[in-house]
Amino acid sequence: MSSARTSAEKILALKAGEDVRAGDIVIVPVDGAMATDTTAPLAIKAFESMGGSRVWDPAKMSLILDHATPAPNERISTLHTMMREFAAAHGTHFYDVGDGICHQLMMDNGHVAPGSLFVGADSHTPTLGAIQSFAIGVGSTDLAAVMLTGKIWLKVPRTLRIELSGDLRPGTFAKDVILYLVGRLGIAGATYEAVEFGGTTVAGMSLASRMVLANMVAEMGAKTALVDSAGLELPAALAGQSFPDVAPDQGAEYRAVHHVDVSDLGPQVAAPHLPDNVRDVRELLGIKVHMGFIGSCTNARLEDLHAAAAILRGQRLAPGVRLIITASSRRIFNEALADGTIQALSEAGATFITSGCGPCVGTHQGVPGDGETVVSTTNRNFRGRMGNPNAAIYLGSPAFVAAAAVAGEIVDPAEFLAGAPVGSKVADGAAT
Amino acid sequence: MSDAISAISGSSHLLGDDVDTDRIIAGKYTKTLDLGHLAEHLLEDYDPTLVGRIKSGDLLVAGENFGCGSSREQAPLAIKAAGVTCVLARSFARIFYRNAINIGLSVMEVPEHDIADGDEVSVNALAGSVTNETTGASYRATRLPAVMAEILAAGGLVPYLKNGGDYTVRE
Repeated sequence: MSSARTSAEKILALKAGEDVRAGDIVIVPVDGAMATDTTAPLAIKAFESMGGSRVWDPAKMSLILDHATPAPNERISTLHTMMREFAAAHGTHFYDVGDGICHQLMMDNGHVAPGSLFVGADSHTPTLGAIQSFAIGVGSTDLAAVMLTGKIWLKVPRTLRIELSGDLRPGTFAKDVILYLVGRLGIAGATYEAVEFGGTTVAGMSLASRMVLANMVAEMGAKTALVDSAGLELPAALAGQSFPDVAPDQGAEYRAVHHVDVSDLGPQVAAPHLPDNVRDVRELLGIKVHMGFIGSCTNARLEDLHAAAAILRGQRLAPGVRLIITASSRRIFNEALADGTIQALSEAGATFITSGCGPCVGTHQGVPGDGETVVSTTNRNFRGRMGNPNAAIYLGSPAFVAAAAVAGEIVDPAEFLAGAPVGSKVADGAAT
Repeated sequence: MSDAISAISGSSHLLGDDVDTDRIIAGKYTKTLDLGHLAEHLLEDYDPTLVGRIKSGDLLVAGENFGCGSSREQAPLAIKAAGVTCVLARSFARIFYRNAINIGLSVMEVPEHDIADGDEVSVNALAGSVTNETTGASYRATRLPAVMAEILAAGGLVPYLKNGGDYTVRE
């Protein structure tokens, strides 16, 4: 039998202390864990029902308020109080209203490292695989068991490898790549599997863009994402540390390997009501838009706000369109404030809300009305996702959303970036 | 071992493919510890009339990829709180499947079956057997990994780990 291993097999072998292969069941120690205001209250209740009196290692545990912040009502505010009190009593890390989205905070504050095993009570936890950690999403009771025992049972996943080559065209971003892949592989295309990303395109990507790729493996049903480390800029919080080599071996066994040349890829859009209902933007031109949202754990980092500002600076939102923006953390908001990005977006008519999950999960801060169409940089467009089952959600890149907000309808963002004058009928597609 | 898990019989409600956790229980309802409130809104954005037709002891019978989307445990909790005793599906999304077992809700992956809406079905989740009492047909479920079977047999992960318990693997 070959000794070559995937990244997933290497990390879980390190944790298990023995060689493991896809299909093995392991019980392994966890290096970091977190829960949010959607999942932590149930986890705390389960932890206490298990007889838990102390968190296994409070320095490895974080609680984050991000899903409904600031609290829209007294019921949720009381759940936030419960989390604050639990964090204080147990000495865990705690991030309060407005600090940011859980995955961004875990990445930026050194809670996750390459080669580590991270368990988050949020389905987009694979975002942290951008630095080649084995990061998985679980529910509240699994998280409670981690808080109690410091361990989790896992089936070592098979791996699907994606090799990306070629340079992205102007107006096309990591978001378009992952939407294309979700569309091609399907919403259950990687169920129970790890997804490795590598190739020359990935080697040239920023950490922010790698997080976009890793984030949306959840929309293929994957357990985790592992992005090759070539060209990786680690977060500053990890500077100067060394990490185990968990690069996949030549000859590792994959369920499948897909090679994709991104050079000719245009902007991609997931149409209602499934994230794998992906089309080229040119198939959707002219659809009238009522609301835009730039935010979420998928696309609310500095480069995303810059991409939006490149289109919105000096422009105004189309009449009848509202644009809601949230930076993925307070730190990123402050960086965008310092470099003038926030001012440019605000002058264009955008509304800024608390760094957090906001409209993506449909609790508050921007629920669409009946019959309205939303363009959004988020990861899910399930019916009712943003709080109203009678609204239609189109998912795309920040440039796609910004361009639609200026035009009042779905347009090709590449044409805006190419300097097409606003008000010219770019939606007619004449320039292509 | 709980009989409520090993031997279940009830009327089936048929659901389609790719029923996501947002449609099982919308995000706006998830921030609560009140399980009765969750049950009232079960599958509201899928079929608002469904919850009124579910009787205690009934089964949900879904297509492919049931429970895709978020990690919200409120999804299986809402199903359980509505009185559903077992979810059969041709396939499940990963986190939902784990969450259901962890809260002691029987889930059975049954790739091949011809159960129709309203059929009376009896199941043994731990044995992996399914019988359609209406037609007499029987079907096989995919075998649970040993650790999951033990958690389900205990009634969920809380009772499994209660009072100093720990994970064990006997393959």
